[in-house]
Amino acid sequence: MKQELQELYAYRELLYMIAYRDIKVRYKQSIMGFLWAVLMPILIVMSGIVVRYAYAMVGHTPLKTTDIADVAIKSVPWAFIVSSIRFSCNSLTSNRDLVVKIYFPKEIFPMAAVLACFFDFFVACTALVIFLVVAKIGLSIYLLWVPVLLATMVIMCVGIGMLISAASLFFRDVKYIVEIFLTFGIFFTPVFYDIRMFGDRGKLLLLNPIAPLLEGLSASVVHHKSPDVNWYLYSLVFSLAVFLSGFVLFKDLEPAFAENI
Amino acid sequence: MSDVVLGMERVYKKFRKGETYNSLRDLLPALTGKMFRGQGLDANDKREFWALQDISFEVKHGEALGIIGRNGAGKSTALKILSRIMKPTKGRMIVNGRLSALLEVTAGFHPDLTGVENIFLHGTILGMSKREIQSKLDQIIAFSGLEEFIGTPVKRYSSGMYARLGFSVAAHVNPEVLIIDEVLSVGDYDFQKRCMERIHSIVKAGTTVLFVSHNLKSVTELCKRTMLLEHGKMVFIGETNAVIQKYLNSPINIDTPHESKPVYLKDVRVRDAAGEQNTFESGRTAWVDIEITARERIEKLAISIWLRDAAEYEIFDTSTVRLGCDPIALQPGQSYRCTFELTLNVAHGKFELCADVLHVELEKIYDQRVPAASLFVGSSMAVRGAVNCFPRIVESLVYNRGAENAVVR
Repeated sequence: MKQELQELYAYRELLYMIAYRDIKVRYKQSIMGFLWAVLMPILIVMSGIVVRYAYAMVGHTPLKTTDIADVAIKSVPWAFIVSSIRFSCNSLTSNRDLVVKIYFPKEIFPMAAVLACFFDFFVACTALVIFLVVAKIGLSIYLLWVPVLLATMVIMCVGIGMLISAASLFFRDVKYIVEIFLTFGIFFTPVFYDIRMFGDRGKLLLLNPIAPLLEGLSASVVHHKSPDVNWYLYSLVFSLAVFLSGFVLFKDLEPAFAENI
Repeated sequence: MSDVVLGMERVYKKFRKGETYNSLRDLLPALTGKMFRGQGLDANDKREFWALQDISFEVKHGEALGIIGRNGAGKSTALKILSRIMKPTKGRMIVNGRLSALLEVTAGFHPDLTGVENIFLHGTILGMSKREIQSKLDQIIAFSGLEEFIGTPVKRYSSGMYARLGFSVAAHVNPEVLIIDEVLSVGDYDFQKRCMERIHSIVKAGTTVLFVSHNLKSVTELCKRTMLLEHGKMVFIGETNAVIQKYLNSPINIDTPHESKPVYLKDVRVRDAAGEQNTFESGRTAWVDIEITARERIEKLAISIWLRDAAEYEIFDTSTVRLGCDPIALQPGQSYRCTFELTLNVAHGKFELCADVLHVELEKIYDQRVPAASLFVGSSMAVRGAVNCFPRIVESLVYNRGAENAVVR
């Protein structure tokens, strides 16, 4: 394992290069590239606002700016998670030539896919920051949580990416199953709603390891308070476990890639 | 540290033939079937074959080893195992030093990126650092001869330009161990020549090279030692010329005459005036002796032979009937023998002679050998292409306007 990580480190330039290739190709027409990066987050935010508006109507409470900021701060990372899982799922099969013909650590493909999506996320974040400033969401010390939460999210995405990219290399229909999960996953994740709305049963929803991260982001950015540390640790442990098991499994299967792709 | 840079020790590689389960939709029913019937996947497991069996060899520092063999002999599998793309089923391999494999020169290209961008991308994939590429960029572009188009997306390139750019990047990697597979089969003649020169200089610089090619000529030029693979087994390893002789002389079709064939090709032999021979000078005469034997009464037979080049393109064919012979009629147990005389007006290269025996009217083929023999045609003349037209210059002059000022060179 140590040796494999060293090899991966030796190939780090290739990781950036492949991610750069994916970004470059997508942003070849710069306007389209930018739209691509913000389109999905904007759509998710808008659907979130519609849903929140419906809650407000039913509950006879006014729709507050912080509610909209809540939806926005959770939608943009959710869009990142969805697209990075989707891209990494196909990252091996869509680079067939390289998998079959040239040797290098192949986990670079799912990693580069996540990295490229993170760039999109970064672009979308600039739009998000402008919105947060306009909505007068102030600064606080708790913003220091943001990089920690995002890093955990990236580790989780890379772990999932390694698992499903290898799986979809061996079984071509895995990508359809993944697509179904990505479509309906939003209902099981507190993106449009808050865990607090469910009272005690909210804990069940927090079992979804993405949930504490999104809730944490909303707490630290919008509500200026610390995320629930225990639940964060739960997500962190899950992320590390997925990453490690994904890495080990991926390396285990890697020698069989060329014959089975 | 030992002198051996690259090698294999009793390497075996097993493949499964035919369909495996490549979707959950197929796998899950098969698994449940197994549970209910107590059987299942075994049927699949039986269809396996050994692509490589017991391969051992060593390449010393600075040595160039050639690998030759027919299609499907296991050459590509051996290279893929050495370059660590595949894992051997059994056995061990030795690699000491930075290894670079040119199994496919354009694999890393992305069509939407420009030439320069692809140089960086492909170079990184082949293991170069960004700084290394930056320092060699001008050299790489100059070698490819694509200065004008280097800012154009490569999807607008012709396949030749594609390959030229790919090779140019690959040729500048400076590995300690280089594995080359048939990369020279593309690009125009001049570029192929430049590639060979580059590979020569890489070998001279002390790089250890493993070279796989159908082009026996380049193998001869490049490698002192060569290994011959056949059906996944190492048949022979040794001095290149001896191995090539062995390769050309090896029987191609060991197909035993099938009992059900009413008539079969008993013998197909190529010879020159002196006797059996596989190597010919371009323009010389070759004789092909063919013998057929009938098991039952059969008539209206013809024998046809054809030649194909290394790309399996048929370049010539003829038959006994077309050459004016009467259709052959045979009684059970009777044999028939004929000899074709061929003038080998072909350019140098490796050719395969194929033969079949067929019914003239029904065009039914009773027996065939594809290929029946290999011919290696050499040429001292500077010609290229498929045929040799035996060119020579009969006049050459420089002149100004009128012929009266002609100066004969």
